[in-house]
Amino acid sequence: MKKIEAIIQPFKLEPVKEALKNIGIDGMTITEVRGHGRQKGHKEVYRGQEYNVDLLPKMKIELVVTDARLNETVKTLTEAARTGKIGDGKVFVYDVAEAIRIRNDDRGEAAL
Amino acid sequence: MKLWTLFVFSAAAMAQTPQSVDAKLAALDTAVKAAQSAGDNAWMLTSAALVLLMTGPGLALFYSGLVRRKNVLGTMMHSFILMAIITVLWALVGYSLVFAEGSPFIGDLRYVFLRGVGLAPNPDYAATIPQQTYMVYQLMFAIITPGLIAGAFAERMKFSGMVLFTILWALIVYFPMAHMVWGKGGLLNAALGGKFPCLDFAGGTVVHITSGVSALVCALYLGKRQGYPQEPMKPHSLVLSVIGACLLWFGWFGFNAGSAVAASGLATSAFVATHFGAAAAALGWIFMEWIRNGKPSVLGGISGCVAGLVAITPASGFVEPFPALLIGFLAGIVCYFMVTMVKSKFGYDDSLDAFGVHGAGGTFGAIITGVFATNAINDSFKDSAGKTLPLGWVDGNPGQVINQLIGTVIAWVLAIVGTLIILKVCDAITGLRVDKDAEIEGLDLSQHGEEGYFFEA
Repeated sequence: MKKIEAIIQPFKLEPVKEALKNIGIDGMTITEVRGHGRQKGHKEVYRGQEYNVDLLPKMKIELVVTDARLNETVKTLTEAARTGKIGDGKVFVYDVAEAIRIRNDDRGEAAL
Repeated sequence: MKLWTLFVFSAAAMAQTPQSVDAKLAALDTAVKAAQSAGDNAWMLTSAALVLLMTGPGLALFYSGLVRRKNVLGTMMHSFILMAIITVLWALVGYSLVFAEGSPFIGDLRYVFLRGVGLAPNPDYAATIPQQTYMVYQLMFAIITPGLIAGAFAERMKFSGMVLFTILWALIVYFPMAHMVWGKGGLLNAALGGKFPCLDFAGGTVVHITSGVSALVCALYLGKRQGYPQEPMKPHSLVLSVIGACLLWFGWFGFNAGSAVAASGLATSAFVATHFGAAAAALGWIFMEWIRNGKPSVLGGISGCVAGLVAITPASGFVEPFPALLIGFLAGIVCYFMVTMVKSKFGYDDSLDAFGVHGAGGTFGAIITGVFATNAINDSFKDSAGKTLPLGWVDGNPGQVINQLIGTVIAWVLAIVGTLIILKVCDAITGLRVDKDAEIEGLDLSQHGEEGYFFEA
């Protein structure tokens, strides 16, 4: 099993969710985060006081899939999230040691 | 309609005996007076409520939106608690110290515990409304004034220190200043025999200069917030601040137009001047920002409107509408520079710009009142022969500007000296600043054991 962690642009959340749903992936966790890679921030001014805001709002999507579905899921996600500009985000893939369904104690791929 | 009534009345009168005509006239006279009183009292009670609204939630929202989230409740409390504390202080001694005739500097204690302050009017101040209405109206001014100072010590003031500070400040600075300008026999009272008649319709000197200058003293004495100015301290919710500013604008009609103490044409003039001043000032500030920063900001707009309201306060019942626009516009620009350039140049942490807006705006407004005050708007000042006196420079009386300066200087000196003494006393008794850890944790948790927002609930 693999965990996919994707940091994407907030306005790409709906297209990504829609695209994943269309290939039958419907379990995911969404968090609002702030961060940056190479994307420059912006300047805000409050009563003459300038602030450089370089932590930008993003969305983090976490989902766990079977090894067999990994490549298809990553491809679908990245295509839906892409605009081609700096700031699109990143995807990281991790190994998952165990998965458990809390309701009935299903283990491994059966829990996904 | 009036002509018809007069005709009928005359016809009926001519048909009756002289005594019953007299009796009818007397009854009519009483009825007319009662109607005027009812109108005045209705407006004044409404105005009192409007001024209270300025503190809670107007100022509470305006200020708390500008601080960091961890201090939102503590900042609101700085406004809210005054509604409670000052009320009690006012009832005990405050009204007397301000409005009883005593010395030119402070009233005596004849109205202590509000003795004699009942429903009968006090003709020195407001002949057509119960004295209690006048008392409760003025109370709302006493409530909001110390609340303005909180802008300077936001995010680092100990609650116990703030409570003690407020009580002492009201006694030592506000009550004397209010007496001097508005109390009978007060040194600066233009209407009631002051030696240096200073025109201050609704409290530019009494409220804004005293609190704004005190704020500067507090900011300098307490020192900067930890991390200021390197660490970003953005307003956590300008949404709250916009709502607060709009409530302040709304409530200010009670503050200024209510200072006519009657539902009269003067109240109308003050209402219009107030509104025009606010609008022009918002534009003045926004205009400066647009030129200098390239973008007009919402914070600039609401800061501007407040600056305009402050500046028009002393002038509101004395100036015509277009001078009010001008005063507002200039106030927006003056305060813009005070807040953005002067503050950063001198480096003091007047966190919410209490000095930059109220101190500077009030000073500007007080002085410019001497220029534009005209008896065309306010003809209540008459000489011993009953002739209406000229008011400001536009009336051919440039000397009024000097009187305004005297009032301004007295306000400044009283605020500086009084506040320094009070700060020293509070520092010794309760302490003023929260300790370093409490400041980082935030006032909400450290002073009140609460969190303003708990989205997981």
